[in-house]
Amino acid sequence: MSGILTYALHYEGEFNKNSLGAVSEAAKLAKELGQEAHAVVVGDDVTDELAGKLGNYGASKVYYASAPVGIAQPVVDVMAKLIQDNGYSYALFGGGLLGFEIGAGLAARLGGGVTMEVTQVKVQDGKLVAERPILQDSAIVDVDYVGEPGVIIGRLNAFEIAENGGSADVEKVDVELSDFSTKCTMVQRGEQRGADVNIEDAELLVGGGRGLGKAEGFKIAEDLAEALGGAVAATRAVVDAGWYPYAAQIGQTGKTVAPKLYLAVGISGAIQHKVGMQNSENIVAINKDPNAPIFEFSDLGIVGDLNKIVPKLTEAIKAKKGG
Amino acid sequence: MKICVLVKEVPDAAVEKRMDPNTGRLDRSGEKNLNPFDTHAIEAAMQIREGGAVDVDEIVAVTMGPESAVRALHKAVSLGADRSVHLTDESLAGSDVVATGYALAQALKAENPDLVLLGQQSDDGECYTIGAVVADHLRMPSLTQVIKIDVNGESLRCERQAEYGYDTVDVALPAVISVGDAINEPRYPSLKAIMGAKKKPLDTKSAGDVEIDTSRVGQDGSKTAVLAINPPPEKQAGEIIEDEDTDETVQKIVAWLDERKLLA
Ligand SMILES: Cc1cc2nc3c(=O)[nH]c(=O)nc-3n(C[C@H](O)[C@H](O)[C@H](O)COP(=O)(O)OP(=O)(O)OC[C@H]3O[C@@H](n4cnc5c(N)ncnc54)[C@H](O)[C@@H]3O)c2cc1C
Repeated sequence: MSGILTYALHYEGEFNKNSLGAVSEAAKLAKELGQEAHAVVVGDDVTDELAGKLGNYGASKVYYASAPVGIAQPVVDVMAKLIQDNGYSYALFGGGLLGFEIGAGLAARLGGGVTMEVTQVKVQDGKLVAERPILQDSAIVDVDYVGEPGVIIGRLNAFEIAENGGSADVEKVDVELSDFSTKCTMVQRGEQRGADVNIEDAELLVGGGRGLGKAEGFKIAEDLAEALGGAVAATRAVVDAGWYPYAAQIGQTGKTVAPKLYLAVGISGAIQHKVGMQNSENIVAINKDPNAPIFEFSDLGIVGDLNKIVPKLTEAIKAKKGG
Repeated sequence: MKICVLVKEVPDAAVEKRMDPNTGRLDRSGEKNLNPFDTHAIEAAMQIREGGAVDVDEIVAVTMGPESAVRALHKAVSLGADRSVHLTDESLAGSDVVATGYALAQALKAENPDLVLLGQQSDDGECYTIGAVVADHLRMPSLTQVIKIDVNGESLRCERQAEYGYDTVDVALPAVISVGDAINEPRYPSLKAIMGAKKKPLDTKSAGDVEIDTSRVGQDGSKTAVLAINPPPEKQAGEIIEDEDTDETVQKIVAWLDERKLLA
């Protein structure tokens, strides 16, 4: 059979931008294959109007089903049924948490192949081939799918959003959920933690990571940011640990920034962080581990203990600016 | 309650990771260690046991891999697991994510756990997906990238960060939960526990022992195929300063920033 099916995640009436990228990418690939791209929206709050918006990103048909929102397994049920009934050859997901969960569950359910962290999809001999960087981006593998469906999970921001002014047929579907799919209950969705900080407008950013040691460790990052006249951003590791507010998180599940300077202190440079800050004009990293991945994409790397370097750097910048 | 923790032996963080160009798989020679994320899963199991909200009868470490993978099990036991299961079979070599998840699910079925815990990612595969695959085969609810677990009667209250903020989700047991490294600080094994680890029960299972359909595993049973391995696009390496004299280092950084007009 043929066609590409995509899942689009929504929150408070808006589609996630990686989902829109996935729908756009599916439309582009489907066109090359001479096939169609369809999409799925799942939730207890989906309207014809919301689902129909995906037409503008190239989906010619959008299914929606009423099921718990923000939980992966009900989506697997819905997509598995649609694939079984209509025989899509591929399922494509944007980067992010639910893409991983749903895509993997779907591949398991249907006995398909799955590739994650995909940065590019090519059409080769009438089939899709996924490019996936591995081993901290030290190599890129081309992955082919044996049988159907092939499940492709993108890396964050891998797929470009393209609006085409199109419209979609919208169809509501009823799908019986698996017994285990109803055993996760959303108690609270999308809670925002910590104070609001505006890192997107800052031209100079100091990013703090787990190398700062503890919540109080952020003081030295804050002092440096103040001396520079910039703001402080954080990695997910420290946000998860409760050291810094979520609003300051950069990366796959946080914000994307492109300041003039990103000065990373005690950050390893994991790919999920990198995707949020790699477009910074100048990247400076301070890390005591010479093998930290961040040195592979920083413009200036300092191998050393941040506790020794950062306070002195702050003083030196103050002196320079003052004088 | 019985908790199974999935663990994996991965190349040590200090070893340069590379592909074997002949097989298209990871070159697994060199120093190995227990996947760091798995130590958080074991610690989570220990904290559930010690939390007292539920009786934990057994914590079982489970791995799939070649003979050398027993070292990961010994490490897991030294961190608190009571015993371990080693699924090892020629037919499993070269399994992709879905095939691996299926094989692990078969090994877990034989154990019949109330809770399966695992680390959200492995240092080598970086897949984030095994939990969801295993859960689908076991027909259990599943949540990944969990950063907080509270035992709440017959269910777990879990927190995780999603694309739009934090979610709090109740998950009924039995369930499969993959945890992030912010969930806890793993303890260090005591010398006694390290010494005693080799004496704890270790079951070695073959594919046949846990009723694995061998047509669904290994390279032939996998639904993805590596067509090519290419180097990443070349990029200009940045400048590196080793901090020896900090005053000098700081001067260099300031000069660098100044040159780029970042200190205006
Ligand atoms: C689906 C998914 C989504 C994710 N989304 C994000 C995201 O949006 N943003 C994000 O940031 N991460 C994200 N992550 C997590 C990511 O994989 C990493 O775990 C995280 O970025 C690591 O944060 P870190 O660099 O602060 O910590 P670590 O990786 O622990 O690095 C700490 C660094 O500090 C250095 N260090 C320690 N002490 C010192 C010292 N005294 N002086 C100098 N250096 C020192 C160490 O050498 C180390 O390199 C995500 C993960 C997954 C699976």
